[in-house]
Amino acid sequence: MTAAIYAFIVGFIVLNGIIGVVTYITLLERKFAARMQSRIGPYYLGWPHGWLQPIADALKLMMKEDIVPALADRRVYNLAPIVFLVPCMLIFATLPFAPGLGVADLNIGILFFLAVSAMEIVGLFMGGWGSNNKYALLSVMRAVNQIISYDLPFIFAALVPALLAGSLKLSGIAAAQPDVLHWFIFYPVIGQLAFVAYIVAMLAAENRVPFDILEAESELIAGFRVEYSGMKFALIQLGEYAHITATSFLGALLFLGAWSGPGAAEHPGLGILYFLLKAVGIFLLVTWVRWSFVRIRVDQILAISWKLLLPATLVLLMATAVVVAWKGPVVG
Amino acid sequence: MDIEGRQVLEMGYGGAERITMNMGPQHPSSHGVFRAILTLEGETVIAVDAVVGYLHRCHEKLSETLTYTQYPSIASKTDYVAAMTSELAYVRAAEMIGKIDVPKRAEYVRVIAAELQRVASHCLWLGTWCLDMGGALGGGATVFLYCIREREDVLDLFESLTGARLLYGLHQVGGVRYDIPAGWATQCRQTVDKIDRRIDEFEEMLESNAFFMARTQGVGVASRELAQEVGISGPLLRGSGVNYDIRRAEPYSSYGDFDFKVPVETAGDCFARYRVRMVEFRESIKIVRQALDGLPAGPISSRPGVKSVGQVRIPKGEAYARVEGARGEVGCYLIADGSAKPYRMKWRGASFSNLAILPHIIPGHKVADVVAIMGSVDPVFGEVDR
Repeated sequence: MTAAIYAFIVGFIVLNGIIGVVTYITLLERKFAARMQSRIGPYYLGWPHGWLQPIADALKLMMKEDIVPALADRRVYNLAPIVFLVPCMLIFATLPFAPGLGVADLNIGILFFLAVSAMEIVGLFMGGWGSNNKYALLSVMRAVNQIISYDLPFIFAALVPALLAGSLKLSGIAAAQPDVLHWFIFYPVIGQLAFVAYIVAMLAAENRVPFDILEAESELIAGFRVEYSGMKFALIQLGEYAHITATSFLGALLFLGAWSGPGAAEHPGLGILYFLLKAVGIFLLVTWVRWSFVRIRVDQILAISWKLLLPATLVLLMATAVVVAWKGPVVG
Repeated sequence: MDIEGRQVLEMGYGGAERITMNMGPQHPSSHGVFRAILTLEGETVIAVDAVVGYLHRCHEKLSETLTYTQYPSIASKTDYVAAMTSELAYVRAAEMIGKIDVPKRAEYVRVIAAELQRVASHCLWLGTWCLDMGGALGGGATVFLYCIREREDVLDLFESLTGARLLYGLHQVGGVRYDIPAGWATQCRQTVDKIDRRIDEFEEMLESNAFFMARTQGVGVASRELAQEVGISGPLLRGSGVNYDIRRAEPYSSYGDFDFKVPVETAGDCFARYRVRMVEFRESIKIVRQALDGLPAGPISSRPGVKSVGQVRIPKGEAYARVEGARGEVGCYLIADGSAKPYRMKWRGASFSNLAILPHIIPGHKVADVVAIMGSVDPVFGEVDR
């Protein structure tokens, strides 16, 4: 019973912490993009530098009229944002934020993460199908294509550190990288290649420019969420940013040593801060790519995945297996 | 192109499953109000039907009710992105009928305005085109905002020249209304120097970007024959390998005095059109510099005393005046009856003729290419619908 209460409290804190981080990561992205484009970005709501903007956005979305298209499949349409949001939030469950601080440090943590994160496509497809809109339909057709194509390379790239660490447990992978030199990104050749593959596959799996063909507002207006408004739109947006935040955290955990860093062993609080900063770093890397590239076409996206990224990550995974069989896993 | 064959090869079915999709008139990338009715098989467009006319404002009829002094200010509303060119076409038609001299200084000011306008218009084109391909929430928006920043500088120049930023009313029959203010030439030189440097940055940012190249090369190919048959003009025509520029073929105003190149690309795809416009940027800047260097002294209008609206009377006659606008041939056909107002007037909008190429080059491409191709055509719907 006490364990259940403990899990409930931790889950509550993590969930709300995540929502807070996700809300403010949108502000970070807007500020970052604004600087790239020689603008200032949100400025007036909240001194200094518009830090109340995300709250104002959320309030605005709550006030908006909730529209259901007349010919929409009401049940599917209304359920879709929830089905989309739940896996995006659930993947945080296995993420440890410091040694021993996490909701559920499963033995197969990374597998759980990858499996649940791929489930967002169900909600996405329901939304696109249920809105009875041609743009949304085209968008989810693309989404299914793209997510199936990119989840495999994403999984393969994410499994490389798991193989190196010899553990599927996320805290185990983190523990195998106790200091900067042991971060898997610095593992000769394999680490760097896997990191690049991870970032590319992450861009695609998160539908960020240059792979955002399912949002593609210049062709498909807003893609699968074209008919959504108000809080349902906010839930989809929240899910999307939660997902990208989670994958940023995962990237920081797999390749950048999670909470390890100078002084983190003595002060666990410092470790959490390090972890957050690393995840934000990965997020900004993705944002940087997003705001500098143009979007590529659906056939080109599929070609990149099946002809280049998938074989490359497969070979990389096999090479890692050979290295591990020869030298044994890295044990921190 | 053998579209049916392609279908069977790529999609594995014969093509019975078609959907019709409306792109526009309310659409983020319709560049105004344009409705393209697409017939799709999966992602592939097999037919496109264009509907125009949402922005029709009876310009040609309107011109019959306005005098030669009034209409130039309204003419700019046809192509509001490059307002100077339509004004110029109108006053040139009137001058041709009335055989009215234009002082040399006025001709130079007209050329400077026209070329700065081309730079401003191409800036907006580059930005919106990248926006079409890169998305308002992606790299396209970055290029767009850079381009708008450059366009603002040109608009500042126009503002200090005419007092307006979008619709100028600079031209009048017999010359220009406003002389170059003190210090304007220096400011203009600084601005074009800056834009010249920025164009290098744009080229570097776009052409070293593999995704940009993948989206533009080999997309929307218009062959030389097709281009000539359909009757497109401007950068589109030159991108398809036809060396035709009215500034060179039939030098009007004072274009004969300047040394400039006419860029021609042979590929005929979106990238070729992009290249043509990027070179045109530089050539326009070159012309502006030459015109500022050689700016003669003297009056700016052959009829400087014109104050009231009905004072200009054009003798009976008719003429077709054409100028090379940012989008191609802008023509004005004018019939005068001796009064202060034209008897009839007809615009030839470059965008309108250029749009006719779309049904020929879009089928067989993906939906995403439709916006890329449409952006590369650079239509302004004020000019299409008039």
